[in-house]
Amino acid sequence: MQSEAAIPVLSVRDLTVEFVTRRGTLRALDRVSFDVARGEVLGVVGESGAGKSVTGSAIIGLIDPPGRIAGGEVVLSGERIDNLPDEAMRKVRGRRIGMIFQDPLTSLNPLYRISEQLIETIRVHTDLSAAQARARAIALLDEVGIPAPERRIDSYPHEFSGGMRQRVVIALALCAEPDFIIADEPTTALDVSVQAQIIALIKRLCKERGTSVMLVTHDMGVIAETADRVAVMYAGRVAEIGPVRDVVKAPLHPYAKGLMGAIPSLEGEAKRLVQIPGTMPRLSAIPPGCAFNPRCAQVFARCHVEQPELIAVGDRRVACHLYDMPQSLHDASHGKPEIAA
Amino acid sequence: MLAYILRSLMQGLVVMLAVAFIAFSMFRFVGDPVVNMLGQEATLQDRAELTERLGLNDPVPLQFARFVGDAAQGDFGISYRQGRKVSSLILERLPATVELAVLSAIFAFVLGVALGVYAAIRRDGWIANLVMSLSLIGVSLPTFLIGIGLIYIFAVELRWLPSFGRGDTVALGWWTTGLLTASGLKSLIMPVLTLGFLQLTLIMRLVRSEMLEVMRADFIRFARARGIPERRIEFRHALRNTLIPVITIAGVQLGGVIAFAIVTETVFQWPGLGALFVNAVQFVDVPVMSAYLLFVAFVFVLTSLIVDLIYVALDPRLRSGNPAMAK
Ligand SMILES: Nc1ncnc2c1ncn2[C@@H]1O[C@H](COP(=O)(O)OP(=O)(O)OP(=O)(O)O)[C@@H](O)[C@H]1O
Ligand code: SF4
Ligand SMILES: [Mg+2]
Repeated sequence: MQSEAAIPVLSVRDLTVEFVTRRGTLRALDRVSFDVARGEVLGVVGESGAGKSVTGSAIIGLIDPPGRIAGGEVVLSGERIDNLPDEAMRKVRGRRIGMIFQDPLTSLNPLYRISEQLIETIRVHTDLSAAQARARAIALLDEVGIPAPERRIDSYPHEFSGGMRQRVVIALALCAEPDFIIADEPTTALDVSVQAQIIALIKRLCKERGTSVMLVTHDMGVIAETADRVAVMYAGRVAEIGPVRDVVKAPLHPYAKGLMGAIPSLEGEAKRLVQIPGTMPRLSAIPPGCAFNPRCAQVFARCHVEQPELIAVGDRRVACHLYDMPQSLHDASHGKPEIAA
Repeated sequence: MLAYILRSLMQGLVVMLAVAFIAFSMFRFVGDPVVNMLGQEATLQDRAELTERLGLNDPVPLQFARFVGDAAQGDFGISYRQGRKVSSLILERLPATVELAVLSAIFAFVLGVALGVYAAIRRDGWIANLVMSLSLIGVSLPTFLIGIGLIYIFAVELRWLPSFGRGDTVALGWWTTGLLTASGLKSLIMPVLTLGFLQLTLIMRLVRSEMLEVMRADFIRFARARGIPERRIEFRHALRNTLIPVITIAGVQLGGVIAFAIVTETVFQWPGLGALFVNAVQFVDVPVMSAYLLFVAFVFVLTSLIVDLIYVALDPRLRSGNPAMAK
């Protein structure tokens, strides 16, 4: 029996998500697997369309039709949740898994006061009275850095600036004390000047509570500073996952290398990832073998016929045939392997 | 917010003045009022006197100002045909039309919103699909056909409901109501259904499409991600956001109920303002026609003002001053 602390808060196993469209079934996620330990921040990076948001939606059970989970499992603190009935899954959302959305301007219902939305959420998940829920809501607003929360709590969303609204969104996501938070590009829609504050806030709050985080971002600087581990996604698959210092400083997967090479060297300058030559294939046109093969500088024969599995390399896992060979070749694997094409 | 309401008031005033001008022009262009009032056989002397007495020799702007002033005080002149004050003719007919129109509006709005919400929530259910298909018929069927169809079924064949008139009415002061007697209520059923049906289907389709739109909004997704129960999301978070655009459009449509009442009142021989107007047109009774025109305009202005107030009550973004933010 594993000890309580050793069970990951979240464990995703071979998660596969498909969208049934008129032009056939598109596989948006293909056997995605990763774990998030208690208190850990997992960064998730990858080009637009790589499947980062779909992963978040699948975990929290909000894939809209025509999408569906076609395989694999999502296990939360040892309990499988991807096959829970609707009502049981609803109780998991907010209470055990929280979610922070990208755009705070559209995440809040414009017609209700902040107090109404906070108190509603708290009372859905706890037995607190209205007055107790309100006290808790005020304390939360104070924690997320809203000045004069007793007064501001009765404001409407449009009476806050974008950064303040995202703080409210964070308070809403945390108000029932979930163990796990999905933050899907939480600062992309914000003014550059407040992005760092919001990231720092999420990091601090989750650290204080021991909450685990899945942080989706395009900002490698944020990943380097905030995440404990990072997952690089490509075309609905995990390309590489491992401790942030390894993956960012010395990536193994050719796609990850391209991504990390694209980090702006200027300190503190947040930039979107520079494109690697070529574009990610559309879901309807993923090549056989390794999905990255049309763009890979190190492609070889096996890459066209066989899809690479995620295999352990030291502390990390990589889905690339370069690393699936005798140990002696690993050390030389930064160059082209000796196998003839 | 005050500025917003003042602006609506100003707009209403401008509309009323424009309509008043049209109503005023009718006197000058539709027949000769002096001939109309005295008949063809009157002497020149009589005509000159009446022309002077009616102020028709005064400059036109002065006449218009007098017309507006009188109308504002409820004085619309004397009916050419009935020789009675137009204001008392209108007051007599007003209750019949108001009861018919208000009940139709309530019927259309309440049922329209309920069915629209149902069709949106049970988007793929067969009842929802049936309701949507039936509503297409409602949109395309002319009002008088619905009325005649109802009369055929419920008055001619089944003999459950009277085919014309208001039934027995009770006088409450100058107001006569059909709501307090069994025959009055029975008489209301078919006209209300007929008049409200088109609006009902329009409102229902509008509510459905707006609600489906709102259900795709980010804040609905966020509410789901927080574990808010689905019923609460639908009826608390989505419905109120749905109603804001619906009320604007539905308000204008319901104002139109009064205008459509002409057809319904004719089909059911309903003793209301619409019937009074149809009569007035037949006999070129200009004062009655112009008063009716003003009345319809007034109803439109009043409904849009009420709609604006409801809008302010529903949308906090308007209350805190900047109407542009609501868009
Ligand atoms: N409703 C849908 N129907 C069909 N395909 C969809 C749907 N939603 C997402 N997809 C597909 O799933 C893939 C992954 O999308 P996802 O939104 O997860 O990308 P992402 O990594 O979050 O990108 P971004 O960085 O732009 O947010 C995309 O190719 C997208 O086209
Ligand atoms: S498997 Fe082959 S194509 Fe894919 S990344 Fe590795 S080397 Fe490149
Ligand atoms: Mg995304």
